[in-house]
Amino acid sequence: MRFDLKINGVVREVDVPPDMPVLWVLRDILRLTGTKYGCGVAQCGACTVHLDGQPVRACLLTVAAAAEHDILTIEAIEHTETGAKVQQAWLDEEVIQCGYCQSGQIMAATALLQQIPQPTDADIDEAMAGNICRCGTYVRIRKAIHKAASHEA
Amino acid sequence: MKLKNVSTSRRALLGAALSGGGGFLLSAFLPGLPLLKASQAQDTATGVVFRPNAFIRITQQGAVTLIMRYAEMGQGIYTGISMLLAEELGVTLDQVSVEAAPADPAYVDSVAGEEETGGSSSTRDSWIPLREAGAAARMMLVAAAAQIWKVPESACQARDGRVFHPADERSLAYGELAEAAMHQPVPAKVALKPASDFTLIGTSPRRLDTKAKTNGSAQFGIDAQIPGMKIGRIMACPVKGGHLTGYNRDAALAVPGVVDVLTLPDAIAIIGEHMWAAIKGMEAAFPQWEYGPNATTSIGDIVARMKKASEQSGVVAVKNGNALEALKQAHTRIDAVYELPFLAHAPLEPINTTVHIRPDGADVWVGTQVPGRARQEVADATGLRPETIAVHNHLIGGGFGRRLDSNSIGQASHFAKQVSYPVKLIWTREEDITQDQFRPYYYDRISAGLTQDGALSGWHHRTTGSSVTARWYPEGMQNGLDPDAVEGAAQTPYAMPDQLVEFVRDEPDAVTTLWWRGVGPTHNVFVVESMIDELAHQSGQDPLALRKKLAAHQPRALKVLDEVEKQSGWGKELPPGHGMGIALHYSFQTWAATVMEVAVEKNGQIRLVQAHSAVDCGPVVFPDGIVAQIQGGLIFGLTMALYNEITLKDGRVEQTNFHNYRMMRLNEAPDIQVHLVSDPDAEIGGIGEVGTVAAAPALANALFAATGKRLRRIPFAKQLGGEKA
Repeated sequence: MRFDLKINGVVREVDVPPDMPVLWVLRDILRLTGTKYGCGVAQCGACTVHLDGQPVRACLLTVAAAAEHDILTIEAIEHTETGAKVQQAWLDEEVIQCGYCQSGQIMAATALLQQIPQPTDADIDEAMAGNICRCGTYVRIRKAIHKAASHEA
Repeated sequence: MKLKNVSTSRRALLGAALSGGGGFLLSAFLPGLPLLKASQAQDTATGVVFRPNAFIRITQQGAVTLIMRYAEMGQGIYTGISMLLAEELGVTLDQVSVEAAPADPAYVDSVAGEEETGGSSSTRDSWIPLREAGAAARMMLVAAAAQIWKVPESACQARDGRVFHPADERSLAYGELAEAAMHQPVPAKVALKPASDFTLIGTSPRRLDTKAKTNGSAQFGIDAQIPGMKIGRIMACPVKGGHLTGYNRDAALAVPGVVDVLTLPDAIAIIGEHMWAAIKGMEAAFPQWEYGPNATTSIGDIVARMKKASEQSGVVAVKNGNALEALKQAHTRIDAVYELPFLAHAPLEPINTTVHIRPDGADVWVGTQVPGRARQEVADATGLRPETIAVHNHLIGGGFGRRLDSNSIGQASHFAKQVSYPVKLIWTREEDITQDQFRPYYYDRISAGLTQDGALSGWHHRTTGSSVTARWYPEGMQNGLDPDAVEGAAQTPYAMPDQLVEFVRDEPDAVTTLWWRGVGPTHNVFVVESMIDELAHQSGQDPLALRKKLAAHQPRALKVLDEVEKQSGWGKELPPGHGMGIALHYSFQTWAATVMEVAVEKNGQIRLVQAHSAVDCGPVVFPDGIVAQIQGGLIFGLTMALYNEITLKDGRVEQTNFHNYRMMRLNEAPDIQVHLVSDPDAEIGGIGEVGTVAAAPALANALFAATGKRLRRIPFAKQLGGEKA
């Protein structure tokens, strides 16, 4: 079936099965590989994208449900004010190790700061608990979110 | 992953790096992936390229490329290795690009004996040879400039990518010297900078690989995009030793986007235009299996056999004095059994291989810790000659030992040789966990005693389990002894006048075993450090004070203990339900003492409050990288200690995804403070696995302090009844 997907501000027409998750449309059809496959069952957060500004797991979001909505991926997050600050904080705090989960972490952190510009530790716990980092960069993720928030002020 | 005799092997290394592969390598050079640009310089490779050795390329245009013989899997090795090379080459990090090495003998780590990233050895094995490689290149550039200017080499200086002649304020950029440098002889002997002259080593520059990991542009193996490529999902027989008996080919091919159904005796692959077609095609194919000889095996069977095997004596690893007699004489004696489960690696990037097999050669795009083995896997599967197979190593989305094995690359090649197009074969998360090669289950019997005045009186440690060395590196076996199985048990920080350490090999039929972060020490240090803690409590001694007493002959042990005692506030009054535990170890030539503070709720819920780790790894190359590895390594180990075990029922692995193979999450992670107290004159140590080693014993000892309950079996959380769903 044909669907119009609004991805990073551009409408892309794809011809795929309606139940196909956006994750695989991004990665295998549109070649936007920054969004990662980690578990396929919304347990790890590596595939987090923004759907109309809300963080969602692209592995369970079907193309039929996503059509006509605004999808933002890691490749374009730098064009949002908050996203750019989060990316910079990630670099300044040297958060990243292997980096495979970090697209999803940055998307989740950006969504958090867009909704709560000055999050508490409890806010961070709640917003970020869905994103697994196997390298264990959590200590620095928390610090980097606080740092990005301080720049929000 | 091998145990290394560093003192002898390091000498052998010096010459190797200087020759560095020479012309042979460079003529066969295939550009690897990823190429990470730290500067705007483009390695256009037109005209003259100065290649002093296998690790450095400098073009006439001035682009400096450093070639990485180790895989970057998050440990920061691209940055650390670049610092070693750049320090002596005389360039800044923003002047260089880095590139993954191809599979080539020039990139053999001669301590490891192969192309390998593992065993916390990369910095150790490169500390001298890669600085020498940088220095040799710099000397050739200086010699070239001196020749052009007709001045003595000693009158020239090299830094920031230029050679200077201060006397008349002349200078030439490395690119301008590339052609003349090519004609200089490779120096037979190089002198390394004294540590006091270091400008890069010992600093914490921005990592070279992280920018690309903030914007989705970093290329992991799973991101490979090859023209004409198809994408496949693999399913192997859920029981080891079984085989495929049937599948619905027509139903699979009827799924839109499915292009091929491929089979091996024990596995099936559905190939599609995209992964979703492959996933739906696998559902439609509904493979049927004959489960074979392990069809009824459960974890209980495996452990029962191991327990029985542990009743017999094993191969002796260490025998000092008379442990059994000293135990009889002991004033305080404890006999215990410790058990450690099978563990999956579960790197967040699932196993995947992209491969294109042609009649005359092959390309494989993959993230591997062992490029040479990867190439051999393709050769064995296809009959192609290894030199016709190019391995394009990628950034790795988590290794932890999993990508020290290359079986998945062999499997992919067996599928890919059935088709003419390039194909990316992905293991789903379920496949990644259930078909993993697991950290062995260990069944450890240990008896230890103390004299009336608190000295050790007998130590008998018998470990029973699978030998990873015997399968992965049989040459490493020592008359039936697997040195890895007793690493951390045979040598401890403590004075043990009467010590007996044995290994009983018992291979479970239903699983294959493999290295897992921290290897032998992650296993044995848990047992040893728990037992020291048991002895302390049983004899009414402070656990940290007892360690100081037993390690009094080890000044570096005392230093890390003193530091962690001070930093953690050891001995201070804690809130009700809190406890502090300590672990001391010497692993990968690094000393570390770690204190963990926990709080246990009445319902058994465990909260990790804080960790302090004092570390002495000898000379420090990249301090922030060390801190990051201790932080991440601890969380990796704490995750395992709290939650993880792989179990089998009817031959199948019961854990399938992160809902039942649980990972620690951000809201559970403790604050972790790392204190570097390194001795710059000591032998350089490894760091990537040190934190993981400390985690389980520090946590077990803290949980005892908090609850009075001694946990001798991993994982802990469910034993306290507080595991959240």
